Amino acid sequence: MISNLINRKIFTLLKVQYSNMLEYRVEIALWAISGIIPFFMLNIWTNNNLNESINISDVMLSRYFLCAFFVRQFSVVWVVFSFEEDSLMGKVSPYLIQPLNPFFRYFAQHLAEQITRFPFALIIAFFFFIFNPESIWIPNLGILLLSIVSTFLSFLIQFLIQSIVACLCFWTEKASSIERLLFIPTLFLSGLLAPVVSFPAYVKSWIYLTPFPYLIDFPANLLSGNETNIRGGLIMQILWIFLLFPLFKKIWFEGTKKYTAMGS
Amino acid sequence: MNFRKYLKVYKKFLHTSLASELEYKTNILVDLITAILSLVGSIFLLSIFFQNNGYIGGWKFEQALIIQAIYTILNGITNTWFNPNLTEIVKHIREGTLDFVLLKPIDSQFFISLKKINPSGFLEIMLGFLLLFFCIKINQINLNLSFLTLSLITISCSICILYSLWFFISTTTIWFVKTWNAIEVLRSFLYIGRFPLNSFSFSLRIFFSVFIPIAFITTIPSEVFLGLSVLWKILLEVIVATVFLINSRKFWLFALKFYSSASS
Repeated sequence: MISNLINRKIFTLLKVQYSNMLEYRVEIALWAISGIIPFFMLNIWTNNNLNESINISDVMLSRYFLCAFFVRQFSVVWVVFSFEEDSLMGKVSPYLIQPLNPFFRYFAQHLAEQITRFPFALIIAFFFFIFNPESIWIPNLGILLLSIVSTFLSFLIQFLIQSIVACLCFWTEKASSIERLLFIPTLFLSGLLAPVVSFPAYVKSWIYLTPFPYLIDFPANLLSGNETNIRGGLIMQILWIFLLFPLFKKIWFEGTKKYTAMGS
Repeated sequence: MNFRKYLKVYKKFLHTSLASELEYKTNILVDLITAILSLVGSIFLLSIFFQNNGYIGGWKFEQALIIQAIYTILNGITNTWFNPNLTEIVKHIREGTLDFVLLKPIDSQFFISLKKINPSGFLEIMLGFLLLFFCIKINQINLNLSFLTLSLITISCSICILYSLWFFISTTTIWFVKTWNAIEVLRSFLYIGRFPLNSFSFSLRIFFSVFIPIAFITTIPSEVFLGLSVLWKILLEVIVATVFLINSRKFWLFALKFYSSASS
């Protein structure tokens, strides 16, 4: 009964958000285009033969960066910006009265956006293959499923981290600047701009203990068929989710107590 | 045009926006840390590229640092002036408040481009200059008058091109209403300004010097610093900058003809 209710709620939320997202197709297409930085990086890597020193062939590296692009496309999170706006405008108050954590609403928003984004990402990948026909490959079904799972886990980790930051809105009002701060290590350490294998040893020694390489590097390596520790990566992803989730619940609980309605 | 009047108005702009921004003091501190981390991150990325190679696209590590410094300065300028003002255009048009701007006895482009200021960008500019001075020292550049004037000219041209690019995209809001993501696309393209143009493949080089002149923005001033620049390149940058500035003005006046308020 209860699970049925939750299912119905989630389904309705998704449907509403999906039709909402479809209205902004051009926006989402542009957003997909703005994620092409990995391809510029690939260009630098292969054009200067930098990959020879890390023993990755041109083809494998181009697959890696294509996968990094895909993983990034489906793990983009912006909940803190939505939540900040809603909280500054006082829109959070009606959400709080509803028997549903407002973060479910944002969660559905993100999932719906990913569904809308999917065709655009495919088009970009199609163009990528036109320019790099030698890098076409078909991952086997098991790997494909595993990498979809790990991309989703990466999305969950980022969603949890950002939700925790978003909850800081209850105290500071401008939480998005903290998110911008956190985005910097995510950008440079996640493997979006350079595969983690290429990092110098003094970084590699500690980076696998942080959540960053599991956000993009691990799923991208998995999907592109580059060498990676599949079991270890998935375990670390799940571990981080188990670590972050109670933290989010705690900060949400404290935050709602602190909340003073704004506006209206 | 009445220069003195505009100067006076600008002083008022500075005063009001500084006052409102200084309300969020911790925000400024967070932004400072973000700027430092982002610089550290990109130097880290650069060091990965150079860890096994002496040269990239014909540039040594010490020389490539100059590009980083100039990028940081320009990024600081973007964050101080362009970003806060030009994202505001989107809001003006969505909410119809552009009416009030147009009714004022002052040039609308002036008002819209300079109304706000974000003081945390200053810190980034300073950071960029610090790195630039460091680069001047390690590259043993001797400062003389002709070098100073040339670098001043090229950097101001870069600022003009950058401003025009931002202004172009923001102006298209008049037709498309929501252009947040177009700005994101521009941002991601600008990201390649962190690297020497020669490190990209030929086709990308053409794209980034003909269609979107990002190449001019950082590479040419850096070449001036290293004394590598040829006169025609500098002249070309001046021409591109003037063309862009004049067209951004024309485009704004053209776009205004299509502005049909909101609501009401």
